[in-house]
Amino acid sequence: MNELFAILLPTLSGTLRLATPLMLCAMGGLFSERAGVIDVGLEGKMLAAAFASATIAWATQSGWLGLAGGIGVACVMALLHSLACITYRGNQVVSGVAINILASGLTMVFAVAWFHRGGQTPGLDTALRFMPVLFGQSLLVYVALAGVGATWWLVGRTRFGLRLRAAGEEPAALDAAGLSVAWVRYRALLITGVFTGIAGAYLSIAANANFSREMTAGQGYIALAALIFGKWRPLSAFAACLLFGLLDTLAIRLQGVSIGGVLVPVQLIQALPYILTITLLAGFIGRAVAPKAIGQPYEKAH
Amino acid sequence: MKATARIVGTLVALAALTGASPRPVAPAYVYSMGGKFDRSFSQALYEGAEAFKRQTGIPYVDFEISNETQFEQVYRRFVSRGRDPIIGVGFSQTDAVKRIAKKFPNTRFTLIDGNIDLPNVMSVEFREEEGSFLVGVLAAMASKTGKIGFIGGMDIPLIRRFACGYAQGMKYADSKAVLIQNMAGTTPDAWTNPARGGEIAQQQFDRGVDVVYAAAGSTGSGALQAAADRGKLAIGVDSNQNYMHPGTMLTSMVKRVDLVGAKAAMDAKNGGWKPGHAVLGLKDGGVDWAYDQYNKALITPAMKAKVDQAKADIISGKLKVHDYQSDGRCGV
Repeated sequence: MNELFAILLPTLSGTLRLATPLMLCAMGGLFSERAGVIDVGLEGKMLAAAFASATIAWATQSGWLGLAGGIGVACVMALLHSLACITYRGNQVVSGVAINILASGLTMVFAVAWFHRGGQTPGLDTALRFMPVLFGQSLLVYVALAGVGATWWLVGRTRFGLRLRAAGEEPAALDAAGLSVAWVRYRALLITGVFTGIAGAYLSIAANANFSREMTAGQGYIALAALIFGKWRPLSAFAACLLFGLLDTLAIRLQGVSIGGVLVPVQLIQALPYILTITLLAGFIGRAVAPKAIGQPYEKAH
Repeated sequence: MKATARIVGTLVALAALTGASPRPVAPAYVYSMGGKFDRSFSQALYEGAEAFKRQTGIPYVDFEISNETQFEQVYRRFVSRGRDPIIGVGFSQTDAVKRIAKKFPNTRFTLIDGNIDLPNVMSVEFREEEGSFLVGVLAAMASKTGKIGFIGGMDIPLIRRFACGYAQGMKYADSKAVLIQNMAGTTPDAWTNPARGGEIAQQQFDRGVDVVYAAAGSTGSGALQAAADRGKLAIGVDSNQNYMHPGTMLTSMVKRVDLVGAKAAMDAKNGGWKPGHAVLGLKDGGVDWAYDQYNKALITPAMKAKVDQAKADIISGKLKVHDYQSDGRCGV
């Protein structure tokens, strides 16, 4: 029994640590996508927020201001995406990719220019960071869990959620009801900004003590995969994030371990989130149906 | 006595003026991916460059890359500007240096941590297994759980050499101790991912490890941070990293990249620069373990005695440390 706990507990806490940025990004992406706007820019927003949080926390000597700064920067990038996709009806995928490239380049340029550490920011004191508060997990981990609950309630149980889903499924109906599709989508994307901002702050001032180049390491894309794997539903996406977090934990845990004389293929485990998502999209595991109006800019009929 | 010294000095100066090296010395330094102030590998090279400047008053130029593909471009630019010698650090520069050195046989190159057989390249490598052996001894003695950890950067034979020396040191000090090893990845990104390093360290701690040794470039800094956060011990690498987290930094496995970097430029200035291949071990002062005011409190007299004994035995040849790269296996 003790033996089992000795394996189970570390695996569980590792899973939770690694799933936290995924959860935050997936929930953020859910708002945007359920409102009809594709968001491949989760990665870029999270990266920019991670840099802003670490830099501002260091400059102001306050973790809370760092968190606020991260959220602010992610929201600005979300607004940029909104402007391109909603107001100017541009291609949503192109805009998202542009945001990723912008974040990757700008964080590196600023970090090298200001700190000369190959893209790292200076280390933060423990007092400035969101250190573990309960069961060895940071406050932001609980914020992420609360965020999942809030998403489930907001999207599924409130009037705003109904309008949000309408914007993603039948924007014309929303329009006919006398509501602005653009305004609903703008608000949805701002919420995406808040979530990705917290995700970035979690990476740079909670899980780590500084920003480092490309520190998001593709987790924004994994979160997007989790969102699709969870069929754009909050609780399923949450489960997908936990699954992907568990896979990542196992990839570290099982490195160099052989079972029955066969070396565990760690790279395969790490590739599993992508493989699972593609399998799902190909229609082998159930069916992932995207919001009907996703990717289409809404144009008011005259 | 003073007069003799002055005469010798003048002679040396004359020899330098009239000697084999008519070219002006204009050294250039190329850092590895971690960046100039990585508090590790590249920073050691930077300190070497600064030492050379302090001693000779000759300015140098340097370059921080932001992408591996820039190496060749940087070397080409330095050559075209008449820079000589050009000193680079890091295994990942090997291909770029090889190509450029072939193309420009009149420029002298010193590559640290790689091996190129060309008439205008000096390759310097270190016996990391010997330094790692010593920190392995300390780790095993400092551990209360009998489990120690190793975190490597990119999974290459060089890093396995670190791990293997560390494992041998551990067994030497405590035959029952257990080593848990992880590599951060299989691509060059594995050197620059502190978040991954921190997470790997946390998982090792969860499994009972209480001393972790990170040989992973800036990825390692995440592991050192995680150790400080959790109150476990950590061992730094390349530069003396003891100051980074006093109280939880057990020691550092030091590679004297700074000395090599300064010496390459100095040799070029004095006309003593030679191509070839050198492997510096404990005997040459190329590697060592760091003992200073930051970790004094963590090193007990028994630990110090044991590690000093091991060091003396390795230098005298009584104790042989197996090199992973000699046969591709560790055997521990």
